[in-house]
Amino acid sequence: MKFSRRLAAVAALTAVSALSLGTSLPVLAQGTVLRVVPHSNLAILDPIWTTAYMSRNHGYMIYDTLFGTDENGKVKPQMVDTWTVSGDNRLYTFKLRKGLEFHDGKPVTGDDVIASLTRWGKRDAMGQALFQFVQRMDSPAPDTFRIFLGEACGFVIEALGKPGSSVPFIMPKRVAETDAFKQIEEHIGSGPYVFKRDEFKPGDKAVYTKFAKYVPRSEPPSGTTGGKNVYVDRVEWNLALRDAQAQVNALQKGEVDVIEALGFDHFATVKADTTLQMPKYANFGLQYMARFNHLHKPFDNVKVRQAAIAAMTQEPFLRASVGVKELYKTCPSMFICGTPFGSTAGSDIQAKSNMRKAQALLKASGYDGTPIVIMKPTDLASIQKLPDVAAQLLRQAGFKVDLQAMDWQTLVGRRAKKDAPDKGGWHMFLTAWQTFDVWNPISNPTMDTRGEKSTWFGWATDDKLVELRNQFMRATDEGAKKKLADQIHARAFEVGTHAPLGEYMQPMAARKNISGFFVTNGNIYWNLKKN
Amino acid sequence: MLNFLFRRLLSTLPVLLIVSLLVFLMLRLTPGDPAAVLAGDAASTEQIAQIRTSLGLDRTIPEQFFIWAGHLLTGDLGQSYYYKTEVTTLIAQRLEPTVSLAVITITLAVLIAVPLGVMAAWRFGGWLDKGLMGFSVIGFSVPVFVSAYLLIWLVSLKLGWLPVQGYKRLADGVGPWLYHLTLPAITLSLIYIALIARVTRASVLETLGEDYIRTARAKGLPEATVLMRHALANAAVPIATVIGIGIALLIGGVVVTESVYAIPGLGRLTVDAVLARDFPTIQGVILLFSFVYVMVNLLVDLSYVFFDPRIRY
Repeated sequence: MKFSRRLAAVAALTAVSALSLGTSLPVLAQGTVLRVVPHSNLAILDPIWTTAYMSRNHGYMIYDTLFGTDENGKVKPQMVDTWTVSGDNRLYTFKLRKGLEFHDGKPVTGDDVIASLTRWGKRDAMGQALFQFVQRMDSPAPDTFRIFLGEACGFVIEALGKPGSSVPFIMPKRVAETDAFKQIEEHIGSGPYVFKRDEFKPGDKAVYTKFAKYVPRSEPPSGTTGGKNVYVDRVEWNLALRDAQAQVNALQKGEVDVIEALGFDHFATVKADTTLQMPKYANFGLQYMARFNHLHKPFDNVKVRQAAIAAMTQEPFLRASVGVKELYKTCPSMFICGTPFGSTAGSDIQAKSNMRKAQALLKASGYDGTPIVIMKPTDLASIQKLPDVAAQLLRQAGFKVDLQAMDWQTLVGRRAKKDAPDKGGWHMFLTAWQTFDVWNPISNPTMDTRGEKSTWFGWATDDKLVELRNQFMRATDEGAKKKLADQIHARAFEVGTHAPLGEYMQPMAARKNISGFFVTNGNIYWNLKKN
Repeated sequence: MLNFLFRRLLSTLPVLLIVSLLVFLMLRLTPGDPAAVLAGDAASTEQIAQIRTSLGLDRTIPEQFFIWAGHLLTGDLGQSYYYKTEVTTLIAQRLEPTVSLAVITITLAVLIAVPLGVMAAWRFGGWLDKGLMGFSVIGFSVPVFVSAYLLIWLVSLKLGWLPVQGYKRLADGVGPWLYHLTLPAITLSLIYIALIARVTRASVLETLGEDYIRTARAKGLPEATVLMRHALANAAVPIATVIGIGIALLIGGVVVTESVYAIPGLGRLTVDAVLARDFPTIQGVILLFSFVYVMVNLLVDLSYVFFDPRIRY
């Protein structure tokens, strides 16, 4: 009997050892592997075709950009070595850095750049704005390209270096010539990592290996600029691990190295764990926002919108949704506090408001008691509490509220409908934006106030704002741009385009043996070392 | 028998047709727009409309159905809107983890639950019986995610014996495959152990009161032979039915376990497809689930002949 027990114990130990050994062998063969849990699932591999942040992050792994944006929001050259601007600001000449090469071994040329920019210009809002001014582009030499403008505009470099969604990534010409409304089939870039298409399993795993021929810039990394040095052999995105508790368990056990978006509920757990760290990776975080539907009653009335903005002060939203004081701050700027165009002009209506003021404004607005249909997503932890707070504050101000629960994708489908709220439309939804999508009057989609022609949901109408935005696009002097941005900001509050609801940092968690984190203002995986 | 088999196989066709029609209609009638999902948060209404057109979603519902059904007749389940991959490829990629988990779970459950149920019936009213009944209540009552987190905390985080999450394919070796599936299978098997053990106990208890059992004992047969050869064999039909249903449920119902343990199986694929309004993928996996249900039921019916020779088709 004793023998049997001992034998069983030995057999069990041998089995467990064998199983453990079996799992570690492939890892050894692959060199240093950085195992990352991204914030979402990667489904679409064309970062120009969709505006999804996951596709953008995938883009940063495998493609390079002409310009980048540093940690303080300053645009700096990346693939570009030098550039000149003509005296009349209508001709931009760019020379590419030496040694730029695609993953298939072919050099990056001006023709590749032109094809890539042309495709991007058909998809991205800022790209479309830029191409209103572009007369033509050419490549007089393989390492040179030129942009000829019909009329001077002041955001060429900002557009080429934009880090938000729909980044102008540079692809080989044959790939970039794909119809802008079809997804690309080939995923070859000139960035620091090579995408392993054969190892990509949707919903399971995406794999990137170091591109040995990548020539990094000599400057230290900052934002999406500087040297993109790669110190690991392979980066694996775990796309299957999406349960927040399971992510933390896996990090504590050492089965993953980085959690890109740590849930606020787990902040204290990770902070208390001495084997883990929460590196600073961003100077600017995300912004919560409430968007009105300007097409229908009562939000077609500017006074009603102002009353709603006055009712929705920021602190309650941040406290309910984020909860961790050190991760959020109130900020009256629609363009994010601390960024080049961060402004407080006109924000008193919200920043210095209280419920009595909101009630008085609503009373004076002639609000007829129409129930406000607020769409509440039930499956998106990062924003699902916001509509409850909005509903409560608006009720206190005197609004009638119809809070309708639905999953995020239903909301996404419904918000595109212009129908009246009682016929399947809506009055208000709340969402979150990454800084660089809202940090200037061109990229911020809520600043498009061309009514039903507006590119974003809510369809605000204001001719004065349209005019100011056009002036901003044409301004080439930084001082003038700042002044115009202030005017736009004040006007946006005056007409009540939307309500900014405060800013927060999404914490990232990593094991202590990972070093090299820097301020990226996004999710970027170069410069990291695994000890 | 062959006639029965042929008729049953033939009857799957209308079942699959009705299921596919219902699923197709329900998906089109529920709110949500796949084009808006694909376009991303910052997309304009114009971009969404263009994607809708490119997916053929601007066509009428009957038109969309006939196009899809036409492809289906040639074995083509279509292309996933979300992943831009053939649905058959997606299903093939996800089938192995789910089937592996289901097979290990049901094997574990049967190996533990059937002997337990027989013993409990044999010692009816004793401590084993009462213990089993208590375990059954707990097994049924505790949600899978609770038992999963508890097991992870104990087995993975405290003892460090097994991984917290992940899946390794069989091609990577039987060792890693089993290493990653053991904890999820134990988690999932708790409910099935409770279910199968209860049914086995009840069924064996019933047969133990039969005259032929008394006769077998009177003949002086050893108790083990009486239990296994006479009692269990005659109680097998309801047990086989429950196991069959369990297998069918496992194939489509392991969503929570797959989520907690990050197993890229069919359950996760279904949830992702529903959240993304990926119509072709949802239609494809539901058709597969329906087919599995029908086939498992057929196999269960056929197994009756094996367990009870009196049954003929």
